[in-house]
Amino acid sequence: MSFRVLRAGMLSTLQDLGRYGYQKFGINVAGAMDQVSLRLANILVGNREGDGALEITLTGPTLEFNADALIALTGADLSPVIDGVKVKMNCPVAVKAGAVLKFGTCRKGCRCYLATAGGYEVPYVMQSKSTYLRGGFGGVQGRALKKGDLIDSGEPSAFGQQMLKMLLQKGAKSFRAAGWFIVPPHMSPRSLTQSIRITPGLQGDAFTDESMRDLVSKPFKITTSADRLGYRLEGPKITLKEPLEMISEIATCGTVQVPPDGNPIILMADHQSVAGYPKVAQVVAADISRIAQYRPGLQIRFEFVTIEEAEKFYFEQERFIENIRIAVKSKL
Amino acid sequence: MPEKGYQLLSVGENCIFVKFGQNISPAIHIKVKKLADYLESHPFPGYIEFVATYTGTAVNFNPWQVKRSLAKNGQTAHAAISELLEGYIKESALLPEGEKNIVEVPVCYGGEYGPDLDIVASHNNLTPEEVIKIHSSGEYLCYMIGFCPGFPYLGGMDERIATPRKETPRLAIPARSIGIAGHQTGGYPISTPGGWQIIGRCALEMFDANAESPTLLKAGDIVHFRSISEKEYLEIRGGVE
Repeated sequence: MSFRVLRAGMLSTLQDLGRYGYQKFGINVAGAMDQVSLRLANILVGNREGDGALEITLTGPTLEFNADALIALTGADLSPVIDGVKVKMNCPVAVKAGAVLKFGTCRKGCRCYLATAGGYEVPYVMQSKSTYLRGGFGGVQGRALKKGDLIDSGEPSAFGQQMLKMLLQKGAKSFRAAGWFIVPPHMSPRSLTQSIRITPGLQGDAFTDESMRDLVSKPFKITTSADRLGYRLEGPKITLKEPLEMISEIATCGTVQVPPDGNPIILMADHQSVAGYPKVAQVVAADISRIAQYRPGLQIRFEFVTIEEAEKFYFEQERFIENIRIAVKSKL
Repeated sequence: MPEKGYQLLSVGENCIFVKFGQNISPAIHIKVKKLADYLESHPFPGYIEFVATYTGTAVNFNPWQVKRSLAKNGQTAHAAISELLEGYIKESALLPEGEKNIVEVPVCYGGEYGPDLDIVASHNNLTPEEVIKIHSSGEYLCYMIGFCPGFPYLGGMDERIATPRKETPRLAIPARSIGIAGHQTGGYPISTPGGWQIIGRCALEMFDANAESPTLLKAGDIVHFRSISEKEYLEIRGGVE
């Protein structure tokens, strides 16, 4: 089973949950920007949650399936169509050999995830299938998909095989979607206006009181410099009480650092393991997937929470995914 | 620093940074390295990985797994790991320092491989030969690896060859370039933009994604640079640039 790339789109890379255990070698974690959507897409087709899936940014590719396949699309709504017919998201979809999947305008979000039952057959590099573009390794030859690529998928799980069979038996011209779908809360319209929750950063005390007030009382705009490495923001200038002699130290996904120009940067999936700018805040892990779906131009607001609350949000997200896993299993 | 000699700082709910000091020093580095080694040999349920930095060791964990295995009733995963780390820090301090791993790095200095060698020389009123001699006779401690795959942060450079960064960074520095930025020296394992003064090029691969050990250098290594001729450089490269 495989698909051929007929048109590449803007930036489609293979990602999983990231390359962990290698930061000691300076290897960036990478992985899906919206890990919730990646996990859900895999669950919907019966894969392991952390299997590789295609991360499709804003403008999608055109893909031709050369064998029957079970797929699922989650995350951003890029108006997917198969052989000209609109295809439902957030549910398993049986696709017949020869069908062509295309994407149109981006209606919601920024990154769409395409999982195929059986996952994608690319070599593991340092135990991960994630593409790290700047290092040129992982995923499909260390790069984004390009025209002519042939991506093979592995052997689907028992769930994947049975779901595919079940859907095809219902009759399909070129595809058949399941009669149900899941509703990920981080993709709801409310998620766009809800504030991003943060805990204090390592140098939180070094910024002026006024800046700390501005950080949570005024909106910031996401600039066009917003990619897999980080999101540069624009808004009230965040300034230090006095110049700080900084020694490069730990940065993680969600670290908000402030360069001398006073415009904060939220570090995202491709962030480096150490960073030299003062760090004003840390985005709670449960809000990273929401940020991954924000586009340049959007306004965001921050809100301080405690570590205890941040952990509660983390657990709520895990429980939601666990419930989806159980519910999807029962659909066979 | 508090009296006990370290601080536990939260980097969100899924990472704790154990900070041993405020500056760059071999004594702090030993503590950082020992805790990192201890974590690797005593992984706890939910442990993801450590990151060793100049001033401390960061511990990444999955709060969900920690909560289910280690946290006592009503205790947050964060509190459970803080408690655990207190013990780890004490235990790791008892570890012997261990053998130093010495890595020799062959470098072809100057010419097309080190276009800024003359700038470093004239900035410090030295001849290019003197710069090479000073740089290649030093012993450097690799404090941490970061910024990009395999990029070493080295300490111990002779102040006589310190040179400020370039005012305008180069758009692409060739892979394996060895350079100086202020009081630091280091090397670019992969081609990236950068403002370091480039004085030579390393003949060995500094990063290989498919190798068992993907980087030439690791935190804790002692690094010696060896000056080699272009002929030797080309022989080591075997025609591959």
